[in-house]
Amino acid sequence: MASAKLLDRYDRTTRTKHWSMAILFILAGLSGLAFFHPSFFFLTGLFGGGSWTRILHPFLGTAAFAVFALIYFKLKNHNKFEPVDREWLAKSGEMLKGNKAGMPPVGRYNAGQKMVFWAMAIGLLVLLVTGITFWQPYFRGYFPIDVIRVAVVLHALSAVVVILSLITHIYATIWVKGTLRAMTRGNVTEAWAKHNHPLWHKEVTGGK
Amino acid sequence: MSSLQSLDVVARSATTLPPPQARRTVEVAKLIDVSTCIGCKACQVACMQWNDLRDDVGETHGTYDNPRDLSPKSWTVMRYSEVEQQENNLEWLIRKDGCMHCEDPGCLKACPSPGAIVKYSNGIVDFISENCVGCGNCVTGCPFNVPRISKVDNKAYKCSLCSDRVGVGLEPACVKACPTGAIQFGSKNDMLDYAETRITDLKERGFAQAAVYNPAGVGGTHVMYVLQHGDKPEMYHGLPKDPQISPMVSIWKGIAKPLGVFAMLGAIAASFIHYVRVGPIEAKEDDTSKDNA
Repeated sequence: MASAKLLDRYDRTTRTKHWSMAILFILAGLSGLAFFHPSFFFLTGLFGGGSWTRILHPFLGTAAFAVFALIYFKLKNHNKFEPVDREWLAKSGEMLKGNKAGMPPVGRYNAGQKMVFWAMAIGLLVLLVTGITFWQPYFRGYFPIDVIRVAVVLHALSAVVVILSLITHIYATIWVKGTLRAMTRGNVTEAWAKHNHPLWHKEVTGGK
Repeated sequence: MSSLQSLDVVARSATTLPPPQARRTVEVAKLIDVSTCIGCKACQVACMQWNDLRDDVGETHGTYDNPRDLSPKSWTVMRYSEVEQQENNLEWLIRKDGCMHCEDPGCLKACPSPGAIVKYSNGIVDFISENCVGCGNCVTGCPFNVPRISKVDNKAYKCSLCSDRVGVGLEPACVKACPTGAIQFGSKNDMLDYAETRITDLKERGFAQAAVYNPAGVGGTHVMYVLQHGDKPEMYHGLPKDPQISPMVSIWKGIAKPLGVFAMLGAIAASFIHYVRVGPIEAKEDDTSKDNA
């Protein structure tokens, strides 16, 4: 077969933002997990010990949020839920069993991708807002103890939600072959687009 | 800051296995009899002297409270409350504030750093500064608002119940200095017995609600008070009536930890098993060997 036709999916600016976000997010996640459960405390060794991990974590998290905000405004219009998403979600169990044939055709993003996007957006916002309330030593003093006690629970909960979203996000890339190059080289094959995002394929090729 | 051995540790922060505990020492307690305290602050001075701490000179706010609050360098502070329950019957309630050394310490529960907070088998809760990361979780966990984080070194500080003195058979410095015997120290059982004699005496003198403050919500404390008005601890500078570790802290440091870890590791395991059982989604016309980035 002749070399496959390639369709642009992410420009270089978006790719740069994505990978900056990815690195900051993973560093913030590892430094946060170190304090979430004793079994992860060894991760503080990656950051220069417990105190350095405590110092760095909020800066890493805030930086990850800031870069995500840029991605958010670029992609939020592509992630609006539409009627087809409901049908896709209803049939997503079949897709997980490997029966992709019955899935309704989707556009640029399917409902699963949209859910990951919004879980990340809401989760990161909650992490930022709650995290500020107990950011030692800069902001903690401005918040009453009862607010901080609710904030620490929400912070942990949101952290679990965004990490689960990340696991889903990474696994989907491994699962659906040909996806990763969208974010590493910026384009996908036409066959990938037809197979996984037929409406988007129609949109960018004009139906050819 | 501890001279006790690791054998004496019964609880250790952020540690999932039991620490060495072959040896059991007698549970100790400090009993502070508010009804015989004259507010001289000898205990504050003794605390400064033994622990070699000199707080910055602060400013007055019109009461005898000096310094105004606990701090990284002031581990005990006399709280002076002027209370007038009946007209023309002013009561000056003076409470020596500081760490209560809870049997179930909220600070230890909340601390994420292994061994930064320990509880000895004698009941003393101690901060091991070299392991402290300065996160402030102990403040979040404490039902008595006791730990203070230093702005200089970002370490948490509080009363150690003179664990270094107690470890070698001495009483805490504040106990030694008290001129009226309002602060007593001994085994927890002896202190409870002694408190009963004080309460009997107070009741004979008209304080019908006199009681020992040893709150069950935190499993009891190793610093206890004799209160003339045991039914109204709040009058003593807001001593909580029924202190307990906040339910939020209990969720955060209880069920959330194993559930969160289970969910995250479970998601990774489920993804792997899914790939092995169902396999990837591939666009058929593609030469897939080429498009894996």
